[in-house]
Amino acid sequence: MKKQIFKLLLLCISVAVMSTTIESCKSKVKDEDVKTAAETALKANPDLQGVTVSVTDGVASLGGEVKDQSAKTAAESAVKDINGLKSVKNDITVAAAPVPSAPVTISGDDELTKNVADAIKDHSTVTAAVKDSVITLTGTIKKTELPKLMQKLHALKPKKVDNKLTVK
Amino acid sequence: MALQDKYKPLIDAATASGVTNLQVKEQDGVLYVNGNAPSGAVKDKLWNEYDKIDPNFTTGDLVLDVDVSGAVDGGKLKVITERSNLNIRKGPGTDQPIVGKAAHNEIVTLVSKTSDQWWLIRSVDGEEGYAYAQYLEPVK
Repeated sequence: MKKQIFKLLLLCISVAVMSTTIESCKSKVKDEDVKTAAETALKANPDLQGVTVSVTDGVASLGGEVKDQSAKTAAESAVKDINGLKSVKNDITVAAAPVPSAPVTISGDDELTKNVADAIKDHSTVTAAVKDSVITLTGTIKKTELPKLMQKLHALKPKKVDNKLTVK
Repeated sequence: MALQDKYKPLIDAATASGVTNLQVKEQDGVLYVNGNAPSGAVKDKLWNEYDKIDPNFTTGDLVLDVDVSGAVDGGKLKVITERSNLNIRKGPGTDQPIVGKAAHNEIVTLVSKTSDQWWLIRSVDGEEGYAYAQYLEPVK
């Protein structure tokens, strides 16, 4: 009787061991298939060309780099419904965002004062004052000379040009 | 955004005329437009647009800083004074002594760009010194 129980136990154990072996064999084949399917799905989206994928025991690990967060999410969505995939580990990195446009460069008063003096030298009827990076113009000017004067002053990177000139 | 609307014809003209590195930014009630124009004619056209939108440039809500691209060291520049000679100076500044002159419409050689305002040039007579960049335009 004891022997029978032992045999039964042994059978149970072997069945259990076998099923585990079969299961792991099955899983190994599937990993390859999942990987292929995932790669095909990722290839379909041009934004996801930098994504790499590896699959272990039905868990897909996504790596590589994409241009933004939405592409990272899209990569996960593209593969998540693949048959045999248990879960997705999303380790994709998002490329650094382009530097936000810097504030406008504005020259300081000392630099502006010196450069404004150079700029108005040929316009003897014009007087200029610089304060808080604003150039204020007074006096008179001929209409034909005005654009050239303004071009010179605008190139000095002032905050603004306050033109109070009388145009003749 | 209102300023961008006001100066839209100018910005559109800049885009249509091939201005590169065009930047349009509004800050503290002033619109800043920067870029490199392909020629002096394009720069003048943009200033004409500006004058049309804001006659005599009196509002002070735009800073238009468009330079003419293409000036390279060793390249040729044309003197674009209204009619007078262009002073060539010993150093970069109108306080510097005059060492030579380049005639109106003369073609000179760019030696190097010392700053945005002053370029080191060499005249046809071989005089070398600093001249005001706004009176020089690259020759294509």
